[in-house]
Amino acid sequence: MNGTARVLHAFPGGIHPDEHKTESCERPIVGAPLYERYVVPLRQHFGNPARPVVKVGDTVLRGQRIGAADGHISAAVHAPTSGQVTAIGPRPVAHPSGLPDLCMEISADGRDASIAITPIDWRDLAPGELAAKLAEMGLVGLGGAIFPSHVKLEPAAGGIHTLILNGAECEPWITCDDRLMRERANEMLRGAAIMRHALGARHLLLGIEDNKPQAVAAVAEAASALGLPMEVVMVPTRYPSGGGKQLIQLLTGLEVPSGKLSTDIGIQVFNVATAYSLYRAVELGEPLLTRIVTVTGQVRAPGNFEIRLGTPIEQLIRLAGGALPDSRGWLVGGPMMGFELSDTVAPVSKGVNCLIATSDRLFPPRPAALPCIRCGQCALACPVGLQPFEMYVHARAKNFDKARRYQLFDCIECGCCSHVCPSHIPLVDYYRYAKSEIHAQERSKRASDEARQRHDFQAFRLEREKQEKAARLHKAAAGRPPATADDPEAARKQAILDAAIERAKAAKQGVNPRNVEHLTPAQQQQVAEIEARRQHAATEQDT
Amino acid sequence: MIGSPYVLSANNSVRLTMTKVMAALLPGTLAHAWLFGPGIWVSLLLCGLLAIGFEALALLWRGYALKPFLSDGSVLLTAWLFALSVPTLAPLWLYAIGLLFAVVVAKHLYGGLGQNPFNPAMVGYAVLIISFPTYMTQWPAPVQLANHAPGLGEAFNLVLGGGGITPDAYTTATPLDTLKTLTRAGKDIHSTYAQPIFGWIGGKGGETVAMLYLLGGLGLMASRVITWHIPAAFLTAVALTAGGLHLLDPARHAGPLFHLFSGGVMLGAFFIATDPVSACATPRGKLIFAGLAGFITVIIRVFGGFPDGVAFSVLIMNVAAPLIDAYTQPRVYGHAGGKEPSQ
Repeated sequence: MNGTARVLHAFPGGIHPDEHKTESCERPIVGAPLYERYVVPLRQHFGNPARPVVKVGDTVLRGQRIGAADGHISAAVHAPTSGQVTAIGPRPVAHPSGLPDLCMEISADGRDASIAITPIDWRDLAPGELAAKLAEMGLVGLGGAIFPSHVKLEPAAGGIHTLILNGAECEPWITCDDRLMRERANEMLRGAAIMRHALGARHLLLGIEDNKPQAVAAVAEAASALGLPMEVVMVPTRYPSGGGKQLIQLLTGLEVPSGKLSTDIGIQVFNVATAYSLYRAVELGEPLLTRIVTVTGQVRAPGNFEIRLGTPIEQLIRLAGGALPDSRGWLVGGPMMGFELSDTVAPVSKGVNCLIATSDRLFPPRPAALPCIRCGQCALACPVGLQPFEMYVHARAKNFDKARRYQLFDCIECGCCSHVCPSHIPLVDYYRYAKSEIHAQERSKRASDEARQRHDFQAFRLEREKQEKAARLHKAAAGRPPATADDPEAARKQAILDAAIERAKAAKQGVNPRNVEHLTPAQQQQVAEIEARRQHAATEQDT
Repeated sequence: MIGSPYVLSANNSVRLTMTKVMAALLPGTLAHAWLFGPGIWVSLLLCGLLAIGFEALALLWRGYALKPFLSDGSVLLTAWLFALSVPTLAPLWLYAIGLLFAVVVAKHLYGGLGQNPFNPAMVGYAVLIISFPTYMTQWPAPVQLANHAPGLGEAFNLVLGGGGITPDAYTTATPLDTLKTLTRAGKDIHSTYAQPIFGWIGGKGGETVAMLYLLGGLGLMASRVITWHIPAAFLTAVALTAGGLHLLDPARHAGPLFHLFSGGVMLGAFFIATDPVSACATPRGKLIFAGLAGFITVIIRVFGGFPDGVAFSVLIMNVAAPLIDAYTQPRVYGHAGGKEPSQ
């Protein structure tokens, strides 16, 4: 069966990079053995890192919460197997910055004993209650955005009319969602049904690129078997159709207003793998312990592996037969938006959807950049309708206000512009740089505003003390009796004091973080990543 | 360290872009050689060598690496467009002065590749037509009309200052020159059309070359090197302006077809006004830019002092391009003007 016919609304631009899906898409999902050692990062999601709730030396069970969500935008992390916590400290992690992050090391005891798990009876729960129950299950968006899912499942102010499942998987090389939909469509859709219930959404859509006909057929079949009213929609294979905003546009023709969230127009988007994990969390009661990862590129046996979070990536590489001799390094995620892995001892975390062994043949080194000739190919490729060459000129000239006026912050960093640039300019790097510089400037502006207020208050205080001293001396010289409560001098001083406090209060209220109020979580995450990279770059320069 | 994306589209470079443009110029150039004699190969060769020489000198002077910039093909394209715009078989020093201004002044003094506010080839052309107007009118006659059509060897001699033949033997007034002179003399347009230099829609020979430029230009569009906006707006504006004037006074003004297929209009529409560095870049900006350039072209032809107006119209609009771009920014996803959210 084919996907439902639906009038599609093409997004502008987009590109057709070589797909490279066949290397791994015909390999069924393979499980992994139990390893002796797991390293569980406390930050595997967007938001605050989880707070450790076990100590070194504690014995833990599979599924036991070892890090609690710290605040609302955060997610819990769980022990991947039973064993002992052997260390808590910084370890290499899969992150664009290449910086180590706080992790818990668990030495497996080989029993793989689980905590008692109980399904959640979601049908009787009001929307909102389910989200609260899910907060400690560690669910995050598994498409790569790793935003805590329970936050996205809370009832939105204006209500949600449409739930979109993202099965586009538009990045080259990655096939983990394709395999999931082919093999576990039923469970995935049961998760989607729970999502729809929690959100109160009327429509359920699933967007899949038309290069995955088997997945479309499997999902359509599972939907009719479940009697789930939904539309499985094939979208043309064109990167970045799997971008949240692009998929919304494709399927509904609606645009998320700049600086707003999709929920503001009544739409929520989840990756298919997230729906599957939600099924496991609710129907089985099992927190997020595993994910499916595509290992492909220059490896002996490319494929898809269901792997426990915390497994060192080098073990995963071994499952795929190891890298071939001419491989050069590893990419995490797809080649369009992923990043280079700095160390294969880093563990698989929730955001690791794909590992690609690179080689000079598969990923030729980038040719030296030439000047921009304003050919406009980048503008034709931009799915957001930006003029990338203008943003580049201003970012390069450090003319950040100008870059921003060309809507720098609407850039989704999909990489289409860099991909098509005949001058081989790393355009996206310039945008990341400009964004991080703008945020740094805003931080320092805030800091200097605060410093100025402190200085003003200090100057006022010194003046006041001087006046008070002068008044005391005056009184002492006059030999007058001590001032009474209704002394006009005391009242005047009190008035000065009150006025100063009022001024300070007003000044304090005036200080607000600027230009960050309309960022989407994805942008905030990008900002955080850029910051991390910047700091990393700075430390590199220092050393 | 350079981040994502890690894959770039294959077979994509500035050099390839320039090569595609030159390939699109080939049909018209071949027709030119066939219809006006092989002299064009001589001027192409010498202009190419001069341009590369000037480019190399400018790069050395500015302290840039020679290889990446000499191999990007941009200076060869400038030389090619220049050679097609100035009279074939003009003396070498004329080419040298024109290209000096095109490459060193218009391109490198403004910052080199990608930085020039004006179209380099047109700057070279404009300098020459202002400074040496006589030389700039000495276009070789179509082979079938010429008293003598110089062969390849003779062409070399002529350009290098040898000679033996006077320009009168092989040159003739262009259709646009003829039109201007005769119209000024008060001649009726129909008697002007009877001159041997006129073909069936434009000038003899020139109209065929123009059609092949059109063909090459459509090829450029098909290969997505250029978008439709500039050629379409330019040609439409030329046709509308010429058509309007023709309707006002059919006895004095040539019709739109003549204007479309004579002089530099086709070359300008597809190859000169489309120079991305100096033209507008936004879709609406391109339409305004090229529309006004087409309009000015015809106004200069009809009312101005020069027979053709393509170079000046493009240069004038180059000045306005950044401003037009600034006011015609396209709507960005999620900004006002898009489809409003509805239930």
